[in-house]
Amino acid sequence: MRDVAVVGFAQRQQKSFQGSPTCVEHLVPVFAECFEQTGWTKDNIGFWCSGSSDYLAGRSFSFVSAVDAIGALPPVNESHVEMDAAWALYEAWVKIQTGDVDTALVYGFGKASAGVLRRTLALQLDPYTTTPLWPDTVSIAGMQAREGLEQGNWTQAEMAQVAARSLDSARSNPNAVVSGSRSAEELLAEELYADPLRKSDCAPVSDGVAAMVIAAADAPGFDSLRSRPAWITGFEHRIDSIRLGSRDLTTSPSAAAAGQAAGAASVDTAELHAPFTHQEIILKDALGLGDEVTINPSGGALCGNPMFASGLIRIGEAAKRIWAGDSDRALGHATSGPALQQNLVCVMEGR
Amino acid sequence: MTQTTESTNDSGCLHAPIQVEFDYTRSLGSVLSKFMTGLRDHQVYAAKLSDGSVVCPPPEYDPTTFEPVNDLVVVGTQGVVKTWAWVSEPVTDQPLNRPFAYAMIQLDGTDEPFLHALDAPQDQIKSGMRVQIRWAQQTQGDIRDIACFEPADDSPGQPVPATDAAQGGVTGLISPVRLAYDYAASPEESKFFRGLAEGKILGQRCPKCQKVYVPPRGACPVDGVPTDEEVELAQRGTVTTFCIVNVPFLGQKIKPPYVSAYVLLDGADIAFLHLILDCPAEEVRMGMRVEAVWKPRDEWGTTIENISHFRPIDEPDADYDTYKQHL
Repeated sequence: MRDVAVVGFAQRQQKSFQGSPTCVEHLVPVFAECFEQTGWTKDNIGFWCSGSSDYLAGRSFSFVSAVDAIGALPPVNESHVEMDAAWALYEAWVKIQTGDVDTALVYGFGKASAGVLRRTLALQLDPYTTTPLWPDTVSIAGMQAREGLEQGNWTQAEMAQVAARSLDSARSNPNAVVSGSRSAEELLAEELYADPLRKSDCAPVSDGVAAMVIAAADAPGFDSLRSRPAWITGFEHRIDSIRLGSRDLTTSPSAAAAGQAAGAASVDTAELHAPFTHQEIILKDALGLGDEVTINPSGGALCGNPMFASGLIRIGEAAKRIWAGDSDRALGHATSGPALQQNLVCVMEGR
Repeated sequence: MTQTTESTNDSGCLHAPIQVEFDYTRSLGSVLSKFMTGLRDHQVYAAKLSDGSVVCPPPEYDPTTFEPVNDLVVVGTQGVVKTWAWVSEPVTDQPLNRPFAYAMIQLDGTDEPFLHALDAPQDQIKSGMRVQIRWAQQTQGDIRDIACFEPADDSPGQPVPATDAAQGGVTGLISPVRLAYDYAASPEESKFFRGLAEGKILGQRCPKCQKVYVPPRGACPVDGVPTDEEVELAQRGTVTTFCIVNVPFLGQKIKPPYVSAYVLLDGADIAFLHLILDCPAEEVRMGMRVEAVWKPRDEWGTTIENISHFRPIDEPDADYDTYKQHL
C-alpha cells in the first residue's frame, strides 16, 4: 500500500445558499483555499473526484457545470459519484493506490434548501414497495429511535445529551449552521416534532461545499506540505440491506464491519456523521468507541449537514485535529442511505 | 419541467419555482408480479425463504442462498406494529394528508415487518398494537392498494373485488415522481437575465485569459477563476455549427423542419445555442452571418426567450479560420 495523507481541506456551510445549485461560486474559493494550504496549483492535482446529486440540485448534470470551478482546460482526469464526497475520497484514494496518480482533489456540494430534503431522500428507497409511500428521512429515523428507546438501548435523556454536547462544541466551529448553550434538560422540555424525535434530535437542512487534497508520500513536492499531515491508515466502507424490515435498526453491522476493517478501535477522536442524535449512540457502539474518545469536536452533522459534503467534512474535521496536534489518531465517518444503511470509516494518524 | 414567475432573493439572485416530473414505468419480475396482482385482489403474498422465515413484501432473491425466490404464500391482512414515528407535517404524496404515523408492521404469518402508513389517533398508537389493512377504494396492483393500516377490529373485512379471470396478472407499474424546487440562477446568470430584460446581451470576461463568456458562468472553465468584468455583446454573430430539426417531440414549439444553431456573437469567445429562422432551413450554413430578432418589448421578461430567434443578414460569410476553434 502507498502511504497517503490528507494535506488540504476547506469548506463553506450556510443555512441556505442563494445562488445556483451547481455551487460553482462556492467551489472556486474552497479550491483556492486548498491551493493556499498546499502551495500547489491545479497542475499539481493528478485526479479530481466529486460527490453530488442531481435530485438535490433539481437539474441534470449539475456536476458537469461544477467542473467549471476547476478550470478544466486542457482536460483533467475527473470522476464523480452520486454519493457523499467521502465516497469520492475513497475512489481517489484507490486511484492513488493503483499508482495511476500521486495526488487528488476531492469535493462535494449540495443545495438541499432548493427542494424538500426529507421528501427527496425517499427516492433512495426500494422503488417498488417503499418509495411510492414517500416515507421521509425523519420518520424512518424516528422509527429507528423508538425501537432503541423501547428496547432500552438508549433514553430520550441520552439523546438530548448528544444534542446539547454537539451544540456546545459547535460554538467554536465557525462553519456550524447551528450552535448554542442549551442543557439537555432544556432540550428535553421542547415539544416532540416527529414523536419520538424533537427538532433538536435532527440535523438541520443546510447547504454547503467542501474540498480536500490528498497526496501520496512520494508525490513530487510532498515534502513542502504541512509538517504533520494526517496519514490514512485505514479506509473501508460497508453496506446493509435496503430492506428496512430485515435489519435490526438499533445496531449498525455495516458500520461495525467498516470500523473493524479500518482499525477504528484505537482512535482518540471521532467525527461521526450522525444526522440524528440516537444514530451517534448506535455508531459509537458499532465502532467500539469508549468514553475516553472525543466525539464530534466540530459539533458534527447535528450542527450543519450539507448533503453530499457532510461526510467529507467529518473526515476533514478529523484531519484538522491531527494537523493541529490535538489528536494522534482520529477517524472520520460518513453515512448514506436510510437509517445508517451505508457506512464509511477513514482512520488517520499523525506521525 | 415547468417554470412560473421569477423573483429575487436576498443576495439578488433570480429564482423561480420549478417542478421536475417523471412517471417511472417499471416492469415486474415473477415475484413482484404475483405480489402486486395479489394486492389488486386483496390478498397479501409473502416469500418463504431458505431459512424457513416468511417475509413480506417478498424479495426477488433469497438473501442467504441468492437463488431466485419461488415459494410464495398468502399471509394475513392483520398484523402487529413493531415501531412507529408520528408525521406531524405530512409532505406531498404521502399516504395521508393529515397527521398520521409511519410504522413497521409485521403481518400475521410473517417473520419480518415492513413499512407502511398507520391511520390512528397519536395517543392510541403503541408498539405491539394490532392493526389491519385498509384497502384503497380502487386497487390496481401497486403498494398503495394498501391505503394504510388502521386499528384492528372484528368487523367483517372490506368486500373483495370480483376477480375477472380475463384480467390476467399485473406485470408493471407506474410510479410518478414529482419534485418541487426553488431554482436559483447564479449571480452571473442573474445579471445575464436582467440584461435581457433591458434588451442587452451581457457576457463576462475572464481576468486571466481575457475570454468573454456568454451566458456568463460562475468561473472561467479554462482558469477556474470568477469572471467579473461585465461586457455588453453585439447582437450579430456567426453560425459556427447547426442542425436541422426534423423530428417532432413533446413540448416542441415550432413546426419542423427548423434550425438549431450555435451562434458566436461578435466579441464573444463561446458560442451559444439559438434558433435560425426567417430563411429556408437548407440555406443555413457554417459561417453564415446572423442577427438577433427580439420579441415586442412588452413581452420581455428575465428570459432568453426575449430573443425570438436569429435571422440571416446581408454580409459575406465569415472566414472559417475566424471560428474554427469554436467547433
